[in-house]
Amino acid sequence: MASSAKEMKEVLFGPIFANNPIALQILGICSALAVTSKMENTVVMCIALTLVTAFSNLFISMIRNHIPSSVRIIVQMTIIASLVIVVDQVLRAYAYSVAKELSVFVGLIITNCIVMGRAEAFAMKSTPGLSFLDGIGNGLGYSVVLLFVGFIRELFGSGSLFGTQIFALASEGGWYQPVGFLLFPPSAFFVIGAFIWILRTFRPEQVEPKD
Amino acid sequence: MASKKNESLSKTLIVVVILCLVCAIIVSGAAVGLKPIQQRNAALDMQRNVLDAAGLLQPSTDVVTVFNERVDTKLINLNTLEVVESANDLGPVNYDPIAAANKPAWSSKVPEGKDIAGIGSREDVTKVYFINDEQGDLQTLVLYIRGNGLWGTMYGLIALEPDLSTVRSVNFYEHSETPGLGGEIQNPKWVAQWEGKEIYGENNEEVKFDVVKNPSDENHDIDALSGATLTSNGVDYLITYWFSDQAYGPLLDKIRKGELNNG
Repeated sequence: MASSAKEMKEVLFGPIFANNPIALQILGICSALAVTSKMENTVVMCIALTLVTAFSNLFISMIRNHIPSSVRIIVQMTIIASLVIVVDQVLRAYAYSVAKELSVFVGLIITNCIVMGRAEAFAMKSTPGLSFLDGIGNGLGYSVVLLFVGFIRELFGSGSLFGTQIFALASEGGWYQPVGFLLFPPSAFFVIGAFIWILRTFRPEQVEPKD
Repeated sequence: MASKKNESLSKTLIVVVILCLVCAIIVSGAAVGLKPIQQRNAALDMQRNVLDAAGLLQPSTDVVTVFNERVDTKLINLNTLEVVESANDLGPVNYDPIAAANKPAWSSKVPEGKDIAGIGSREDVTKVYFINDEQGDLQTLVLYIRGNGLWGTMYGLIALEPDLSTVRSVNFYEHSETPGLGGEIQNPKWVAQWEGKEIYGENNEEVKFDVVKNPSDENHDIDALSGATLTSNGVDYLITYWFSDQAYGPLLDKIRKGELNNG
């Protein structure tokens, strides 16, 4: 299975808009709701998820010819869980304040359907190099949506970006009355919904056929 | 791609065992290797919280230096009111009163009807931060407080003036209240109104401090958070609890009289 440059490009960049894991496959919504109220947390979460997806894809692909199919899900889970724990430990050591805010959601990367989904659907059948790129690509696809949601939620919910005040808040004598609802997790549903709507307006082929 | 050989029992066992071993080594390696840095982070975070509560934290502050210079950390047994050198084999630096409160052997159950803060059990030995001025006189006393909010326990530190009734500042460093509503207990503007309020009434006998809507008593009341009645009540109850006879009341009396040993 020789991988041409074109194939590699498609694997890497395809998941960003054409085959976005959140917008098209509707995977990994849970953490997209939970960690997007601040850009800083969102960025760290995106990096963590991208790394976990890429490396779990890599390792699973490396041993894919030795994984007995009867225990393959458990093998994948074990690898993913180990990677997530390592990421969590590293965050606690080097990005303490962010780790504190993300708390349980880093651990919940284990249950993020994107990681598991890519391992099962792609890494089990592809070469390590391509699998690694697929992991990065899907991580990027996830990141694009999360960053979009985080941008909207922090900017209009708190009037700031990365903790720096952009809009002067009414409570501090400015003009901007923040939309408090955006700070609550359910608001991400609306923002993700809007993202999918916009995406499908430009790419009508992603619209599901009517029942 | 999966050959028949992969499906045999022995191959399955071998793969699973090797995988578990490798993963276990990686995970425990990361956990053990990074532990010292993580502990330093946690300690630094707590020191920052203490300085913040005491009003000593500026953006340029070197937390470790200022903390070591100004803060004297003491462990005090709340039942006997004695300063202790160590508690449960942990010295003042490593002892964590909140962790101790979760261990039945290191804590006491709060008597029924007295547990207005909803903490369940209170640690026997607490950690108190004494901050002295250049002459060595007590300038600020920082105490741990905590209690139930709307969604979970709110953890905080409260800094008192030398009269041990007037609040210098408060810092709720960990909570799970609703962002934008109860979460405003961390808002500097709301925290600012704590300064100068007195916890106790005359003769330091009764807790007078209240968190109420439309405060009337300007010495003892602070304004509740709008849209966060339960969080505000929680703050009110936890102050009432921690400064009552059940917790810090007797200790503060003793320090006020200058009777605390090694004080």
